[in-house]
Amino acid sequence: MTAAKTILEVEGLHKSFGDNTILKGVSLTLKEGEIKVLIGPSGGGKSTLLQCINCLVTPESGTISLHGNTVNLENKKELYQLRQRVGMIFQEFNLFDHLTALENVTIALRKVKNFSKVSAEKRARLELEQVGLGDKTDLYPAQLSGGQKQRVAIARTLAMDPEVLLLDEPTSALDPELVGEVIAVIKALAAKGMTMIMATHQISLISGLAQNVLFMENGVIAEQGSPKELLGAGKQTRTQGFCDRLSDLGEGGS
Amino acid sequence: MELSQFYQDLLPALNKGVIMSIALIIPSALGGVCIGIAAGSLRTYGPKFIRKLCDGYAAVFRGTPLVIQLFVLYYGLPNLGIYFSPYGAAVTGFMLCSGAYQSEYVRGALLSIKRGQYWGAQALGFSSFQTVFWIIIPQAMRRALHGCGNEIIYLIKYSSLAYIVTCMELTGEGNTIATEYFRFTEVFMMVGLYYLVLVSCAMLILKKVEQWLHVPGFGHQES
Repeated sequence: MTAAKTILEVEGLHKSFGDNTILKGVSLTLKEGEIKVLIGPSGGGKSTLLQCINCLVTPESGTISLHGNTVNLENKKELYQLRQRVGMIFQEFNLFDHLTALENVTIALRKVKNFSKVSAEKRARLELEQVGLGDKTDLYPAQLSGGQKQRVAIARTLAMDPEVLLLDEPTSALDPELVGEVIAVIKALAAKGMTMIMATHQISLISGLAQNVLFMENGVIAEQGSPKELLGAGKQTRTQGFCDRLSDLGEGGS
Repeated sequence: MELSQFYQDLLPALNKGVIMSIALIIPSALGGVCIGIAAGSLRTYGPKFIRKLCDGYAAVFRGTPLVIQLFVLYYGLPNLGIYFSPYGAAVTGFMLCSGAYQSEYVRGALLSIKRGQYWGAQALGFSSFQTVFWIIIPQAMRRALHGCGNEIIYLIKYSSLAYIVTCMELTGEGNTIATEYFRFTEVFMMVGLYYLVLVSCAMLILKKVEQWLHVPGFGHQES
């Protein structure tokens, strides 16, 4: 790997809900074009970490820096800026239910980036074609399959030209036969050099895409390293044990 | 066939009354919906102080009889130097009362929108206001439509209270003829019929609005 620029830097994130501490000081650095995969048991803090990076959930302490500039989390303008530059893909898609696929993509372009109607639609059609939904632009979320919804969600986020993409278990809510189409889109993004942090249980994404695997447990990053270091034959790591159990459950059919 | 003197007096009076009723109902309904959306949104998302203030408004106007509210507006406020015409007092009272009820429907609908919709917008860089205005309210509006429509239908009927602050609408005009001729049954059955027609028209309009706002996935006519 060449010495790429650091895009995103997260330092000492803490978050608790009531007495329940979810994140106990998580730090990570993301370089341009890098793909990190977060794995670990449920409740380990993966989703909360991603939500904190996008400030959907405000961390109690810790800093988030984009291109070396620390974001002031109290300043709403800076927050909105951060969220535009760091895209988020949710497990449950979170498409806007009252808007068509096309409008789902155009609304943020028009309201947040102040595109004209015509140029927003042009951009949106382009993004939807990229994810293979050029013929579904006028359908509402209720008329789309899970895989199609997730692809619209990806198109919607990409239309904002994010520098980093956070993916929170993008395939977990999908029927098994629909997982493939979403994985194909994510792999195409990776091939284009998109910088990503992804929480996933999909073995094919972990071993195929990740340059760096972070194993999260009890609110800390317990292990990290390349897939080879953590998942190579004969390695006695916790990551290895966890992935073996995933494979035993039959999810590793890649 | 020549109508009797009674009907010759009754029908023009009721027609005049129904026009006044409509003139009361339309601004009250529109104002009520606007107040309801504003108060409902503030009660759900507003800063704490404003939320409490709006809660207080809803509690007072839902918690006291409309007749009392109209009496205070028309007979009470002049003591403080605030004068309303009968029409003004009635429309103001209806708007405030209807708005309080509407705010409850709006609030319920807003709370029923899943958090994911809010997050989806936030993650794209929407401000909180933009999220509520462009994403949450359009969805909540569709959920609240049936409740709000119901409230408008109530409003049509409680508009009959305007005549007690001397605003002569349908019920008031009917009452005058009824006491003049001492024929209560016919008069009030006719008045009832007029209200039935008004409500039927309102239901028709609401049905149209519902069809116009229909989005697949927002329940009805879906298999």
